[in-house]
Amino acid sequence: MNPMFRNTILVALAAIFAAAPWALDEFSLNLVTRMLIFGIAAMGVDLLVGFAGLVPLGHAAFLGLGAYAAGILTDMGLESAFVVWPLAIMVGALGAAIIGGLSLRSSGLYFIMITLAFAQMIYYVFQSLRAYGGDDGFALTRNTFAGLIDPYDSRAFYFLTLAITLVIFLLLLRVVASPFGVALRAARDNEARLAAVGLPAFGYRLVAFILSGALCAFAGVLLANLTGYITPGYGSWPQSGELLMMVLLGTAGTIWGGLLGAAIFVALSEVLSEVSDHWMFYLGLLIVLRVLLAGGETTKLLKRLDPRRRADG
Amino acid sequence: MTFSLFVEQVFNGLQLGMLLFLVAVGVTLVFGVMNLVNLSQGALVMMGGFLLATATKATSSYWLGLPLGIAALIVIAMLIELLVLRRLYARPHIDQVLATFGLMLMFNEGAVMIWGRDPVFMAIPAALEGSVTLLPGVAYPIYRLAVTIFAGALGVALHFLISRTRLGMLIRAGADKREMIQLLGVDIAFLYLMVFCLGGVLGGVAGMLLGPISAVTTGMGDPILILALVCVVIGGLGSVGGAFVAAMLVGMCDTFGRVLLPQALGAGTGQAIANMIVYLVMAAILIWRPAGLASR
Repeated sequence: MNPMFRNTILVALAAIFAAAPWALDEFSLNLVTRMLIFGIAAMGVDLLVGFAGLVPLGHAAFLGLGAYAAGILTDMGLESAFVVWPLAIMVGALGAAIIGGLSLRSSGLYFIMITLAFAQMIYYVFQSLRAYGGDDGFALTRNTFAGLIDPYDSRAFYFLTLAITLVIFLLLLRVVASPFGVALRAARDNEARLAAVGLPAFGYRLVAFILSGALCAFAGVLLANLTGYITPGYGSWPQSGELLMMVLLGTAGTIWGGLLGAAIFVALSEVLSEVSDHWMFYLGLLIVLRVLLAGGETTKLLKRLDPRRRADG
Repeated sequence: MTFSLFVEQVFNGLQLGMLLFLVAVGVTLVFGVMNLVNLSQGALVMMGGFLLATATKATSSYWLGLPLGIAALIVIAMLIELLVLRRLYARPHIDQVLATFGLMLMFNEGAVMIWGRDPVFMAIPAALEGSVTLLPGVAYPIYRLAVTIFAGALGVALHFLISRTRLGMLIRAGADKREMIQLLGVDIAFLYLMVFCLGGVLGGVAGMLLGPISAVTTGMGDPILILALVCVVIGGLGSVGGAFVAAMLVGMCDTFGRVLLPQALGAGTGQAIANMIVYLVMAAILIWRPAGLASR
């Protein structure tokens, strides 16, 4: 993409995001916050899908781990986000370390199904937490920020999420461009060569897995705070499928694709659910068509909008 | 646990295992031969249930409804293969996962559009009502027994199909050396269609058999699909024999876990662990053999 074009887009995006709280009503603003939150999770999943070449079908488990850890810690009397959030993210990272350590012994299809099975296991743990509503879930009192931010102010929460998303986005761009990111892609493309250079593919993949798990946990924490409610559904396997969809909708292997895909997905489900009670059917249809009509449609569209590309024909 | 309860649970476990095998074998065959992840198998299980319920109602006969339902299943399986799956064989796994996940959403919601959200209850066919005394003091419902026997017979038939017939030979050859049988002039597209229909119909039949036991509902195939995937993974991807052993193991663990664990550990913890037992077994087996039981 040519730099002029890219910068114009970036400035336009920044303006849109900065103006959003004043242009939108509370409902729509929360929807945008939701897009950002799922964007964080999807970027984390993209790290595995797009860069490590691994397809996890169980990352909703980490979304759920983050949410439940935050909810339970808050319920135990810790209120400050400065304490609860890092702890909840660490729970997610720890879960990812264990699940990743076991699942990464396999690859390809095995990896898909094993991550799915572990996620189901965690889902049933959530379901069995009777003290926390079992199948029905439980309400969460939003975490506080030592008086700096009012957690019940939608605008404040939106800007907080926006800032977090931006920092994570920039960090991830650095991560995938770093030697670590190069090694991760090398492990995807040719594991034998990487091993010949003396670098352990397993280690790189595990770190990527933990990082993506932690990001999903962070998204879970934010989502729980946004909705004020936590259910086992956070960790359900259709949710894991949706995270993959977001990555694919936005284009895997780009990081920003996660943000774009999450935004498209959240907007799509919102629009479809207003049009029809049976929006899941149309969502399914769109996904099937999206996959069948070859890859990278959104990217192609962006490239077509790029003036230089268009000049090239 | 009394002896009669034990015998009853063994039969329940067998039944669950056989049904899981029917679903898992479709997934594992499609993977073994076409190298495709198929998450839409659960939708076929559900469609089996609905189709049988509708066909039985329309003809007011279970025995007429059964072949009609199976015929409809074959048509649906063919449509899925011809319209969608056929284009996915050469695609990366993530495309296959997403497209078949999309299909699953479409079928689940499509079933809501056609049959509504309320569960559809099915009567047990008159000939199979009542129960039979297995051992003195141990009565067991005839229908459940018939399900186990029928599913077992299908399993045996499948074994013969795969090991003794020409189609079975092609299936085994296709799983081993795809390019080779293509070079030998076998119509690979037709073979793939046959394999998918076979697997899909077996899954659908499992749904049909389940219909009178648990009501037919949208999404009823999803939990079964997940358990079937566990069987496929434990058994070793692509291995029919492995899927059978794994399905029996999963069926028994799940059934006995649900009876014994709440007794042993108290209702709350016991039930929680009973829900997870299958996955714990899977994790243990995979630590021991990362590529499943069938691997050497």
